[in-house]
Amino acid sequence: MDSLRQSPSPCSSRPSSPRTPPCEMPASVGIEAVLDQLKIKAMKMGFEFNVMVVGQSGLGKSTMVNTLFKSKVWKSTLPGLGVPTPQTLQLHSVTHVIEEKGLKLKLTVTDTPGFGDQINNDKCWEPILSYINEQYEQYLQEEILITRQRHIPDTRVHCCVYFVPPTGHCLRPLDIEFLQRLCRTVNVVPVIARADSLTIEEREAFRSRIQKDLKSHCIDVYPQKRFDEDANDRILNSKIRERIPFAVVGADQEHLVNGRCVLGRKTNWGIIEVENMAHCEFPLLRDLLIRSHLQDLKDITHNIHYENYRVVRLNESHQLPRGPGWVNLAPMNLAHASAGQLTSPRTSKACKQAQEEPKYDF
Amino acid sequence: MQDKEYVGFSALPSQLHRKSVKKGFDFTLMVAGESGLGKSTLINSLFLTNLYEGRQVPEASARLTQTLTIERRCVEIEEGGIKVKLTVVDTPGFGDAVDCSDCWLPVVRFIEEQFEQYLRDESGLNRKNIQDSRVHCCLYFISPFGRGLRPLDVAFLRAMHEKVNIIPVIGKADALMPKETQALKQKIRDQLKEEGINIYQFPECDSDEDEEFKRQDAEMKGRIPFAVVGSCEVVRHGGTTRPVRGRCYTWGTVEVENPHHCDFMNLRRMLVQTHLHDLKEVTHDLLYEGYRARCLQSLARPGAKDRASRSKLSRQSATEIPLPVLPLAETEKLIREKDEELRRMQEMLEKMQAQMQQSQAPGEQSDSF
Repeated sequence: MDSLRQSPSPCSSRPSSPRTPPCEMPASVGIEAVLDQLKIKAMKMGFEFNVMVVGQSGLGKSTMVNTLFKSKVWKSTLPGLGVPTPQTLQLHSVTHVIEEKGLKLKLTVTDTPGFGDQINNDKCWEPILSYINEQYEQYLQEEILITRQRHIPDTRVHCCVYFVPPTGHCLRPLDIEFLQRLCRTVNVVPVIARADSLTIEEREAFRSRIQKDLKSHCIDVYPQKRFDEDANDRILNSKIRERIPFAVVGADQEHLVNGRCVLGRKTNWGIIEVENMAHCEFPLLRDLLIRSHLQDLKDITHNIHYENYRVVRLNESHQLPRGPGWVNLAPMNLAHASAGQLTSPRTSKACKQAQEEPKYDF
Repeated sequence: MQDKEYVGFSALPSQLHRKSVKKGFDFTLMVAGESGLGKSTLINSLFLTNLYEGRQVPEASARLTQTLTIERRCVEIEEGGIKVKLTVVDTPGFGDAVDCSDCWLPVVRFIEEQFEQYLRDESGLNRKNIQDSRVHCCLYFISPFGRGLRPLDVAFLRAMHEKVNIIPVIGKADALMPKETQALKQKIRDQLKEEGINIYQFPECDSDEDEEFKRQDAEMKGRIPFAVVGSCEVVRHGGTTRPVRGRCYTWGTVEVENPHHCDFMNLRRMLVQTHLHDLKEVTHDLLYEGYRARCLQSLARPGAKDRASRSKLSRQSATEIPLPVLPLAETEKLIREKDEELRRMQEMLEKMQAQMQQSQAPGEQSDSF
């Protein structure tokens, strides 16, 4: 838009509205106007964004979501109060429509209470993997219909924020098991939760140990290096990768500090300001998730993770002699699915079923 | 001028004092809880030592295959002429694995082994130099990030509360705001009551203490579980006149010894200054005696004394007293059953013999059998 205003063209026509009469002869073709068209369309349609928060209870997940989106998406409770942690892992989603400057965002947050809280946490990641794959499956089913909806409702998880407890040592076995499995299926952003219990030096030491652990276990968190498209992306994302995992603090109460009203936590020795970069790295997380990389998260989910899922699913039903593009996708065991590993124990039955069904002509 | 009724035994406490100073104390403290709750830092702060210097925290890949180990570290502390030989028992690996089922069993077994060792020593011939390695107190660290006790905490406490004095503490308490601390403490207290877990009860103060002392004592007891913060660093900041132990954050400094910031001073006072001896006494009089009674009762069954010579006496014991070895109970039962069987067979044999004799009386036919 700025280039338009500074354009040396003698005619200061602004072809931003499609209804501008094209009687003038601008020096530029006016392609920049497409950006405006996109913006107007986006404002009308609104955006969807699906986040999942994973971590042990009490690490401030609900508070963080409230702080990120500056609205009471969830009621955060004092420790000790509220619902007791469930015996098994349950997933539970809440959808809100948030509006800012005329732009609507349909935000869905999925919480995972009970994760990592039991004595035996073996395979506690399976319900989460199932859920993620179920969303991919739903989208796939919509996509392969003959008469598709104009806008397929997107419930796929665009980002999974994983809360690492601030032990100060290194990643725990549970963290590693979870991250290894989930990074192949969804964008994972690990954060150091409740970072107000670590001093700056402790945070840096913890962060570098976590980075070492992630590297040695081949865990590729968002932003993934291999998806950087060009040099600009690489520079921008490298800066982010140096600081991952962000040390965050969440708060939903306001306090008065130096005459300003800030979100923070008040203790007997000081007030921790959530949006102050000297106190914690919450602004970095917010910028990553919302201000700069929201669309990128969605794109990677759609172009890479979803496509991986789709390819594997379609390959499983490759024996069907139907017309191009028609597949009969067998119901599958979603808990053990991850890209490259989708195994359907009923593939043969599905094939038989397919052969009995009537042909479709293309 | 000496009072005619003055006998002089009021000087006994000072005699005791002199003897204790000469002998010194030994105290064994166990710290347990998930890793990363500030246990080592707290021990260093409590006893002003560097017990954990040079400790290597294992890397993540090492942790994947780590099992629970029990580590002992000793240090001698001298203050005011009194020597304390402090042994700190650590349980690295507790609560770290993905599957923590039964991870408390090695710890329970360790404590029972100390009791067993003491029982053996006490029943032995040379009792002059008994080394008391029994665990006198267990500081259990609860995470400040949870919503109270976690299932693992409850399982551990249930397994240990009848065997060792438990003092629950909330580690890294500087992560909490004052209201959160209160809510968490109340929740933990409620949960302890609900689950029937008996933590160490600090004894009531004497009725002849003044009101102020009683009030302070009650207030201190109301703060259990203690919310503690530890630090190995001494910092100097604007709020204090002299350097203090604390943690420096960009928004303020937590002073470890400031009662408005955390309960560290309360813990140190109650653990070391006022109740060290009581902890040892309760361990000896209540917990150890309970263990001993249970052990000896399991031997005081009919036939046990005869079997003493046959039972498997363990290692270095030169005594005749049967020692509590677990398989004894099973073999006892088997031996008893066999005895019964033998007795029955003998009775039947006698009956048969009697009948045979009867049938051999002249003129009578007998049924064959």
